[in-house]
Amino acid sequence: MAHEIRMPAISPTMEEGRLARWLISEGDHVEEGDVIAEIETDKAVMEFEAPQSGVIERFLVAEGGAPVAVETPIAVLAENADAAAEPVPDAPAPRSQRKTPRSGAPRQTVREALRRALAEEMERDADVFLIGEEVGAAQGAYKVSQGLIERFGAARVVDAPPTHSALMGLAAGAAFAGLRPVVEVLNVSYALQALDQIVNTAAMSEAMSGGAVTCPLVLRGPQGGGERMGAQHSHDLAAWLAHVPGLKVVVPYAAEDAHALLVAAIRDPGPVVLLESERLYGQNFPLPDDEAEPARLGAARIWREGKDVTLISWGVAMAATLKAADTLAGEGVEAEVIDLRSLRPWDRETVLASVRNTNRAVIVEEGWPVASFSKEIATTIMQEAFDDLDAPVATVAAADTPLPYAGALEDAALPGAEAVLQAARAVLYT
Amino acid sequence: MTSETDVSGYRQMLMIRRFEEKAGQLFGMGLIEGYCHLCIGQEAVVAGLEAALRKGDRRTASYRSHGHMLASGMDPARIMAELLGRTDGYSRGRGGSMHMFSPDDGFFGGHGMLGAQVPVGAGLAFADRYRKTNAITVVSYGDVAADLGHVAETYRLAAMWSLPLLFVIENNAEASAPKGMCLSDRAAAYRIPISRVDGMDLRAVREVALDAALHVRAGKGPWLIEAATFRYRGHSMADPAKYRTLDEMQRVRAERDPIAREREKLLEEGATEAELREIDAEVKALVNEAADRARASDSPTLGDLAPHIAAEVRHDGA
Repeated sequence: MAHEIRMPAISPTMEEGRLARWLISEGDHVEEGDVIAEIETDKAVMEFEAPQSGVIERFLVAEGGAPVAVETPIAVLAENADAAAEPVPDAPAPRSQRKTPRSGAPRQTVREALRRALAEEMERDADVFLIGEEVGAAQGAYKVSQGLIERFGAARVVDAPPTHSALMGLAAGAAFAGLRPVVEVLNVSYALQALDQIVNTAAMSEAMSGGAVTCPLVLRGPQGGGERMGAQHSHDLAAWLAHVPGLKVVVPYAAEDAHALLVAAIRDPGPVVLLESERLYGQNFPLPDDEAEPARLGAARIWREGKDVTLISWGVAMAATLKAADTLAGEGVEAEVIDLRSLRPWDRETVLASVRNTNRAVIVEEGWPVASFSKEIATTIMQEAFDDLDAPVATVAAADTPLPYAGALEDAALPGAEAVLQAARAVLYT
Repeated sequence: MTSETDVSGYRQMLMIRRFEEKAGQLFGMGLIEGYCHLCIGQEAVVAGLEAALRKGDRRTASYRSHGHMLASGMDPARIMAELLGRTDGYSRGRGGSMHMFSPDDGFFGGHGMLGAQVPVGAGLAFADRYRKTNAITVVSYGDVAADLGHVAETYRLAAMWSLPLLFVIENNAEASAPKGMCLSDRAAAYRIPISRVDGMDLRAVREVALDAALHVRAGKGPWLIEAATFRYRGHSMADPAKYRTLDEMQRVRAERDPIAREREKLLEEGATEAELREIDAEVKALVNEAADRARASDSPTLGDLAPHIAAEVRHDGA
């Protein structure tokens, strides 16, 4: 009796995988658990084991081809050599077109946008280089830097060990000497090991040298919860970093903003932290038309206009915020949605102008609630627009707890659209 | 017959000592506040190293860095003005004793956090390797910093990338290495060549520095020099150094003082007392003049508080 071996889902968010390499041949006998193939996703290459023992009768997907969807049959396995004659279905056509649709409006993922920004800036300026763990030969832990080492060489796409503290100090020194390092970390939580160099060297130097030196470096990588990574790898450190004068902190949501803000960060004379999200890397956004003004550091973006309540958010929390705004629209409430995009500096004018118009504000983030950036915004609104407010400003944040591992708990700890809706209804007194 | 190099090294050491003594006096008068770490006793390490450096080379140092600044060619009056918190200071009064930078002189701080200057120096060296220049970087740090993790991380990176980097441990014997080990052994574990030298002997330091710099400049990767030295004063002006006995101090001063030793050698080689007294007088005059100029400089006004923070300057229109 023959069985189909199917493309496995090797992560919860994986939708398709590429058969990078068969490690066995047709006709080989395999034992359950033998590694038979290497499967490549947009994030990683993983080994794949035989789900049961038998003889590989034939491959349905050739190695090195286009990605196929999860659950697509990739090989036929006969339980023993004699019973290998059953008919098997044809493999469906690869679904590679689905990922980057070229029909209709052109779209790009956040990952592609970041990669494009890196490539453009490295092309433009020989002083720009990328450095970090797995950025080169491994093509990036999250494949942001895929293909860059082939294009720019190992001297400019520099694989480094995870010596975070020394690496950040090295980047600061290189920046003092006039280079433009882009430091990629696998997770911004790792940057905690480099906090001294980020704060004491990169952020302080320009001011404490009276302008004698500047430190034009970019620190970027994914952060935040929602990936079941447990307490130590799920921090949203935006508020921590935004607290420090001398640092700039940007948290893009849409792909085009990720592109424009990374370009702006690389060109900035000071240190900039660009906080990404694993949950956004694979998300598709429409490409902006040519006339659209690219994002600037410190400039917010109004996603939808409304007169009833202002919803302010940034980064991955924008998804829940926009979803809540859709629901509110169905209830006849016109919410204005502002994507802050930069936390330091942040666009006070756009926020205050909106609140003066709607008279109500909800701030949504995935950081912890105590001493959060939301409170900075709420305080500013209270101080600058007190007379315009018809309700106290509401804040929606993660639960005040180290993020738990179990899915149900982690989901409950992070603010979703429902929490945003509740807050909006509270300030609307509905 | 005395050599130009020896006389110049002697003058440099003397300049550092007189400058530091003057800084100590001004601290005592309440004109210098906060931290003030003097390097009296450690002059030979700085002066010896400097002989191996060229225009375009770079340096980072710790919070104890007045000597390195002077040796790199920075203006003593502007260094002193910074100690006094005045606008003529290298950091316009925003930095203080530990935080001065002068890229034109190849001096990149002045770092207050233990050992932070070590990876920063590796970054300067990385930049020179990246741009394929011929310059090298010297990072100086103390024996306490030599124990820290990010310093070991830097050995790893420097060795891996063959950075043009000269590590210098100014070992003033505050930290004790594990039994049977030297601090430099940690770098040796990363296959970085090491030299140990009497850091109270200008000529000995210079000799190993020249060899090491030759190796590093030739693109053969980093080198580490561990120089055994002695700090006469406390850790900072706030530290009376009671852990050192008067006997110990007097013995070192009598037997190992780098300036006295070099003076003796110069005399043996034919310098006259009169010549050396003239150098002493010149240096003293320079330091006094620097202190006078520094004291004449203005204090910052409140308008100087906001600038030099890129975030605000560029994007909030401040």
